[in-house]
Amino acid sequence: MSRSLILRSRNDRWSIKLGTRVLVVTGILAVLLAASSVLALTSGSHPTSVTDVLGTLVAPNQSELALIILEIRLPRILMAILVGAALGSAGLILQGLVRNPLASPDVIGITSGASAAAVLFLWLGGITGTSLLLAPVAIGGAFVVALGITALAWQRGISPARLVLVGVGLAAGLTAVTTLLLVLSPDATAMNAYIWLTGSLYASQWHDVTALAPWLMVCWPLALIRLRHLDAQSMGEDMALGLGSALQGHRLLFLMLAVALAGSAVAYAGAVGFIGLIAPHMARRLVSSGHTGLLPIAALIGALILLYADWVGRVAFIPRDLPAGIFVAGIGAPFFVYLLYRLRQELG
Amino acid sequence: MLTTLQARMLGTLLCLGLLLAATVSSLIFGHIPVSLEMLANSIVDYDPGSLEHLVIHTERFSRTVTSMIVGSGLAIAGALMQTLTRNPLASPGILGINAGAMFFVVVGATLLSLTSPSQLVWAAFTGAATAAVLVYFLGREAGRGVSPVRTVLAGVAVTALFVSFAQGLLILNQDRFESILFWLAGSVSGRGLDAIVPLLPLFGGALILALLLSRQLNLLGLDDEVIRGLGLRVGQVRLLIGLVVIVLAGTSVAMAGLIGFVGLIVPHMARGLFGTDHRWLLPLSAIIGATLLLAADTIARLVIPPQEIPVGVMTALLGTPLFLHLARHVRKVA
Repeated sequence: MSRSLILRSRNDRWSIKLGTRVLVVTGILAVLLAASSVLALTSGSHPTSVTDVLGTLVAPNQSELALIILEIRLPRILMAILVGAALGSAGLILQGLVRNPLASPDVIGITSGASAAAVLFLWLGGITGTSLLLAPVAIGGAFVVALGITALAWQRGISPARLVLVGVGLAAGLTAVTTLLLVLSPDATAMNAYIWLTGSLYASQWHDVTALAPWLMVCWPLALIRLRHLDAQSMGEDMALGLGSALQGHRLLFLMLAVALAGSAVAYAGAVGFIGLIAPHMARRLVSSGHTGLLPIAALIGALILLYADWVGRVAFIPRDLPAGIFVAGIGAPFFVYLLYRLRQELG
Repeated sequence: MLTTLQARMLGTLLCLGLLLAATVSSLIFGHIPVSLEMLANSIVDYDPGSLEHLVIHTERFSRTVTSMIVGSGLAIAGALMQTLTRNPLASPGILGINAGAMFFVVVGATLLSLTSPSQLVWAAFTGAATAAVLVYFLGREAGRGVSPVRTVLAGVAVTALFVSFAQGLLILNQDRFESILFWLAGSVSGRGLDAIVPLLPLFGGALILALLLSRQLNLLGLDDEVIRGLGLRVGQVRLLIGLVVIVLAGTSVAMAGLIGFVGLIVPHMARGLFGTDHRWLLPLSAIIGATLLLAADTIARLVIPPQEIPVGVMTALLGTPLFLHLARHVRKVA
């Protein structure tokens, strides 16, 4: 075993172990993300040079250029990073919890819960629903659905298999409800809702960033401290119990963490799919590590995917601004085929 | 469950009666209601000058036929898939086959500018087959065969993939918005008879093949060794059934787009009433499926006139509770 960094509290209540390779890969990805962000800041309908961007970031002034960079591009890029990272880590936690590589927040219904709640809110409130209340409602929807999934799947504890199936079923029903509400709404509301549903970072603002960030600030540290229990669970229920890990309690905790991460991301950016599915796989390809080590890497990869997808959607078809979700699916498809190929190899 | 032959005959007659009632209601109810008398008149003595007659001939008749074909096709495909995969949650909608067919139809219609139904249906078959192969391989677990939960997840993931691609095409091709949305949302309206008739020979062939395979299907529930011992060529039968599923589901999607849950719930209803013998199960699934889709479509027309609820939404609302019930009781994953 290579050297690793271990952080441990004095009474052993929590510990975090990160291998050297994890740290190196995290560092490389972080640098890549920072560089990509700066490059993304330079492009748009008003191309800017890198030096101008860096100059504006270091010493903001009142010029038009500074306004474009600081008030339009920067919040949007930060949102892409935060949302992507949240979805990537939510996917990692869910896949570990369900012990299935095909689980993700959109597959098991968390995303549809948030969507249905948001559309219901827009429908009840008419078109006056501005983004300030919409996001908490969507997060609430995600939590209600997660509780519903847990309640329906609960038979002397949560079984991951039932959790998935119940989630899949609820997701289908909620999608139908969403479509129904869209059909019942007047055109203006339907349009409003449809824009939200497509999942776009268009017109992200600073208050979105400051509203989303606290969720992540709470969830990530908690996940880092607790994720070693997911490693124990991946060795089997008996093993986890034998190692002294509270099985059902931790399952509930991880489910709630995944919901908080995915729900808040979806609330502020709309239903962006696939990142939760593919980012964890890419992370596992890069390092072999427990879930604690995978978390920062899956988060960074999620951030990179959404950053690039949004960048392409924003810049490639000027003056049209296409939702990032389309391009995420474009990355997701080749990776899916790759996943298939790998599974075949394991079989052969 | 109906066990004696007489009870089953009676049950079948009852189902046929319901089908007839659903067919008639589908013809007479809607934005412009038509009386029964008028309906009979329009068949016996067609008058192109009458609005009611025109509505029945140009719109409702083809719509009713589409519902019947799509409903029965999806139901039989679902019954076959549940037997084939030994998974009570299998259906062309859940395992991604409909979504694959839908995406290829959308690509054919928008990028390759195919218009004739007989061309589009081949796109649908290709898509259905692609999705089926993808889900089959993704659903297999190294060394442990096919697991139900994994297969369902693979199906959902493949569905998500194809649907988001279709949505992407929709946003990139806004001039074809209407036609793409038609396939995404699923609808039995707006297809003329001339679009349905060319697909009937293939559909009918697949239907007959499915019925002919009833005995072999009854054996597929047994262990593979036992089936081989009985002299059945398991591989060939499975392949044939797979082809039938692809043709039935592909035709349904080419006609009506994505309509979920019919393939899931109808076989369960039929099995609950008539047991697992496929000689009863398949024909009854077809009858119940047609009835269900006709009823769903008729209700969808009546809830918020003059608007219509997409029929796929109606079937999903009906199907979700049953899916949840099944999901809770699926036996622990093999």
